[in-house]
Amino acid sequence: MELCPLIKNILLLDSEGKRIAVKYYSDDWPTNSAKEAFEKAVFAKTQKTNARTDAEITMFDNYVVVYKFVQDLHFFVTGGENENEIILAAVLQGFFDAVGLLLRGTVDKKEALENLDLILLCLDEIVDGGIILETDANVIAGKVASHSMDAGAPLSEQTITQALATAREHLTRSLLK
Amino acid sequence: MAQPFLKKDDDHDDEVDYSPFLGIEKGAVLQEARVFNDPQLDPRRCSQVITKLLYLLNQGETFTKVEATEVFFAVTKLFQSRDLGLRRMVYVIIKELSPSADEVIIVTSSLMKDMTSKTDMYRANAIRVLCQITDGTLLTQIERYLKQAIVDKNPVVASAALVSGIHLLQTNPEIVKRWSNEVQEAVQSRAALVQFHALALLHQIRQNDRLAVNKLVSSLTRGSVRSPLAQCLLIRYTSQVTRESASNTQTGDRPFYDFLEGCLRHKAEMVIFEAARAITELNGVTSRELTPAITVLQLFLSSTKPVLRFAAVRTLNKVAMTHPIAVTNCNIDMESLISDQNRSIATLAITTLLKTGNESSVDRLMKQITTFMSDIADEFKIVVIEAIRSLCLKFPLKHRSLMNFLSNILREEGGFEYKKAIVDSIVILIRDIPEAKESGLLHLCEFIEDCEFTYLSTQILHFLGIEGPKTSDPSKYIRYIYNRVHLENATVRAGAVSTLAKFGAMVDSLKPRIFVLLRRCLFDTDDEVRDRATLYLKTLGADGAVEDMKEFLFGSLDIPLVNLERSLKNYEPSEESFDINSVPKEVKIQPLAEKKAPGKKPTGLGGPPPAPPSTIDAYEKLLSSIPEFANFGKLFKSSAPVELTEAETEYAVNVVKHIFDGHVVFQYNCTNTIPEQLLENVTVIVDASEAEEFAEVASKPLRSLPYDSPGQTFVAFEKPEGVPAVGKFSNMLRFIVKEVDPSTGEAEDDGVEDEYQLEELEVVAADYMLKVGVSNFRNAWESMGPDCERVDEYDLGPRENLAEAVNAVINLLGMQPCEGTEVVPSNSRSHTCLLSGVYIGNVKVLVRLQFGIDGPKDVAMKLAVRSEDEAVSDAIHEIVASG
Repeated sequence: MELCPLIKNILLLDSEGKRIAVKYYSDDWPTNSAKEAFEKAVFAKTQKTNARTDAEITMFDNYVVVYKFVQDLHFFVTGGENENEIILAAVLQGFFDAVGLLLRGTVDKKEALENLDLILLCLDEIVDGGIILETDANVIAGKVASHSMDAGAPLSEQTITQALATAREHLTRSLLK
Repeated sequence: MAQPFLKKDDDHDDEVDYSPFLGIEKGAVLQEARVFNDPQLDPRRCSQVITKLLYLLNQGETFTKVEATEVFFAVTKLFQSRDLGLRRMVYVIIKELSPSADEVIIVTSSLMKDMTSKTDMYRANAIRVLCQITDGTLLTQIERYLKQAIVDKNPVVASAALVSGIHLLQTNPEIVKRWSNEVQEAVQSRAALVQFHALALLHQIRQNDRLAVNKLVSSLTRGSVRSPLAQCLLIRYTSQVTRESASNTQTGDRPFYDFLEGCLRHKAEMVIFEAARAITELNGVTSRELTPAITVLQLFLSSTKPVLRFAAVRTLNKVAMTHPIAVTNCNIDMESLISDQNRSIATLAITTLLKTGNESSVDRLMKQITTFMSDIADEFKIVVIEAIRSLCLKFPLKHRSLMNFLSNILREEGGFEYKKAIVDSIVILIRDIPEAKESGLLHLCEFIEDCEFTYLSTQILHFLGIEGPKTSDPSKYIRYIYNRVHLENATVRAGAVSTLAKFGAMVDSLKPRIFVLLRRCLFDTDDEVRDRATLYLKTLGADGAVEDMKEFLFGSLDIPLVNLERSLKNYEPSEESFDINSVPKEVKIQPLAEKKAPGKKPTGLGGPPPAPPSTIDAYEKLLSSIPEFANFGKLFKSSAPVELTEAETEYAVNVVKHIFDGHVVFQYNCTNTIPEQLLENVTVIVDASEAEEFAEVASKPLRSLPYDSPGQTFVAFEKPEGVPAVGKFSNMLRFIVKEVDPSTGEAEDDGVEDEYQLEELEVVAADYMLKVGVSNFRNAWESMGPDCERVDEYDLGPRENLAEAVNAVINLLGMQPCEGTEVVPSNSRSHTCLLSGVYIGNVKVLVRLQFGIDGPKDVAMKLAVRSEDEAVSDAIHEIVASG
C-alpha cells in the first residue's frame, strides 16, 4: 500500500476558509474538529500567497499540500511528506479543471454551491479511498456530466408521469430562455 | 419547496453572501427526505434532497443511528427510479452513510443487479459501492462478477474493480489473491489508468514473494508501460527491488539503473522526477550515477511552475546532506531561488546552499540571508538557524561571521522557539569551537540583559556558571550576572545567585567579591533566593572540603526528578532525615514514542528531557503500609500487571510482581464483575512446587470484594538474598460468595465457599532487571571497560524479520533500549541494538547486540555484555542462552 501514490484529502474552501466540499481519505484526522483544525491551518498558511496562475505548494506537519485559487474558491490536495509532488499537482489540476468545465467557466463560490452535486460527484470520480482514479479533467467532467445533463433513460422506459414531468421541464426551460 | 436550488438564474447576484444552503437545518432536511417514499418519484427533487443531506454531512453534521438508518432505508427506495443522475447521487450517499451489516443486505440485490447492468456507469459505481460496504461473506457471492469486471472492456469498470480489489486486499486477501490471472491480463490493458491500477494490485498481491516481484519488475521494465502513473509505480518497485538485492549481489553494475536513467528522458514530468528521486535515494549511490539525476533536477529549478521548483529543491536538499559536492553545480540556480515568492522554496534553497557552500562563499551567503531573514516566518528561520549551526561546525574558521550573524538575529524580534534555536546554536558552537567561546559568552550575556523568556535566562545563567569561570577573564561576566539579581523575577534571580556561587567556587581571586554580592542577596524578597544565598555563603565559607563543594555545585543529579518529587511528597517529617539514596532510579518509559515530533530537537541547553511519571512510588507507598511487608527493605522493581484471567470472565484478576532483595510479593488486583455477588475473605492459594527457591511467608487476604470495585490481595515469598531466582506459580482464587439482592443491594448472611482457577504466573530473569537508560551509550560503554566483558554468539533460528528478533531479545532481557536502537529500519539485513539496565544488587549492565539475518530468515546474534560484576555478565548470557 505504501508504495502506491496516496491522496490524504481534497479540499474546496471559500475565501474565508469555510468548507464548500471536502473529502478525507486518511485516518490522520479522525474527528471533525481535527479536520477543521487542519483546514484552518492550511488556509492560514496559504491565504496570503498568490496561487492564481500556477499551482503553489507548501509543506507543514509532515504533509505536502498543493493548492490553487480562483475567484473566491481555494482548491487543495494533500499528500504524505514523501509523496511525489508532481503527482499531487496532477490530481489538483484534474480537479480544478474538471470543476471549471462543469461550472462552464463561471467558477466561484455561488456557482459551486448551486452545483454542489456536480462537485461531490467530481470528487467521487477523482479519488477512491486515497487511490487516484482519474486525473484527466475532460474524462472526469465527462463522467460527471454525462448523466446529470438529461433525465436519463430513454422515454420508452419511463413511466407516463415521469415522461410528462420531463416534458414539462423541457417546456418550462425553453420558455424561460 | 420552490427554492431556487440548482437553478442557474442570476436572480441573486445582488446578495453578497447568497448560498442555496442558507439556514439549512438537519431536521427539516430529514423531513424532506420523505419524498423518497413517494409512489411517484420526482428524480430532480430527490437529487436535491440528497445533495442537501450530503452537504450536511460534509459540513461535519452527524446523524444519529436512527436518523442514518431511516435515511438509508428511504434511499434504497430510489433504486426504483431509472434516472441516471439520481442513481449517481444514491451511490454517493450510500457510501457516506456507511450502513451496518444488517442494513447492507437491503441494497445488496439492487447493487448486484446494477453490477450486471448493460450501463457501464452502473456497473462501475455499483462495484465501488458494494465493495466498500460489504463484508467477506458477500464477497464470495460477487467474486465471479468482479473477476469479469477486471477484464471489462470499459476502462472505468475495470478500474473500479481493480481499485476495489486494492482496498479489499487489506481485509480479504485470500479472495483477492485468486484474481491474479485477470489482474495480470489487465496490466496489459491499453487504457492508461487500468494499467496503473492493475499494476498496483498485482504488486500488492505478490509483495511478499520477492522472486515474483523481481520477475514482474524485470518484465515490465523491458516492455512499454503507457501510463505515467504506472511508470511511477514501476520506478518505486524497481528501487525497492534494488534496495533489497543490494546486499546480496555485490557485482559491479546496479540492476535496473539503466531503466531509471532512461526514465529521466520520459515525457511526463512526474516520471522524470520520480526517477531522479529514486536515483538519489539509491543505497551508496556513486557520483557518476547521480550526475544525470542532478542535471534534470537542475532544469526543474528554473521551471516556471512552483511545484517543480519545490520538488527539485527539496530533493537536492536531501542529496546535499550526503553528497554536497554533487549539488554544487546547481548553486547558481539555487541562489536565484533565495528570492523566490514561495517561502518554502526559498528556505530549502538557503539551507541547501548552506550545506553545499564552501568556505569562501560563506560571507557572501550570510549577507544574502540577512536580508531574507526579516521576511520569513519563525518556523523557516529555525530551519535556517540549524543549517547555519552545522555550517559553522564544518568551517570553524568562519565562526566569527557566523557568530555575529547569530547575535544579530538574537537581538531582533522573535518568538520563544526561534530564540531558543539561536541560543542552542550559540551554546553548541561555544562547546565545540574553543575560539568562539569568549565572544559567544559575551553575546549570551548581552542577550540576557534584555531577555523576556525566563527559561532562556536561567538556562544561559546556568551555562555561564559552567563555562564562565574557565575563561581568561571571568570577572567581566560578574556584572552581567549580578545585574540579573536586581532586575529580574525570582526564578532568574535564584539562577543568578547559583551562577555567582560557581564563580566564587572556581576562581579564588573573585571569592571575596562574590561574598559581598551574595551577602546582599540575603535581603531578597524571595525565599528561594535568600535560601540559596545563605546556603552558598555557608558552603563557600567553610574551610577545606573544596572537592565536596564542587561536587555539590557542579555534580549532576542521577535521579529522575519526577521520582525525587514523589519520594519527597511521600516523606513524612520524622526523626529520620530524608535519604536521597532511597529514591528509585527507574524511569518508566512512555510506550508510545512521539512519532510526529518534527525532526530532531537540538539538545543544546538543559538536562535530559523530563521523565514521565512513574507508578513505582505508588506501589512503594502501598506496600510499606502493610505491616507484614514493612521489613522487606527497599522495593527493587514492580512489573507491569500480568492478566491471569481471560477478558470478560466472572472475576478479572491481574498480578503485579514486586521484587525485593530477599522477597517477592505478588499483588493480585481483583475485580468482581457479577452484580448479584459479594465476595468475602478473598485469597489466592499459590502452589510454588515449580519454584523451588521460593517459600511462602505471608498472605494478606482481601476482606470483601463488592461488585465492580477492585481490591487487592497479596502473597509474599522469601527467596535467597540477591539471587535472581526464577520459577512458575499456579494460582487459585478462593473466596466466600454471598448472594446480593440487586434491588436492595443487600447481601445474604450465609455464604458458600468457592474456588476459581487462575492462570499460571512466572517470575523470569527480566523481573530482576531495571530499565535504566544512559544518555551517551558509547561513553558509558568505554568507561565500563572490558574487564567484565562477556561476548558470545547465538543462533536465534528462523524469524519473521529482524525487528521481531530484536524485540524478542529486548523483552527477554527487560532492559532499556538506548539511542533509539530498538527501531529496525525495514528491509535491513543487520542491526545493532544498545541496551542498558540495572541488575538486582544495583549492578549496572550494558549490552550491545549485533544481529544479522542471512538466507531464509535465519537470525544470528552476537551478544556483548559489560557490567560491574563478572557474575552478572555471565547471568545475562545465561538468560539469553536459556531463553
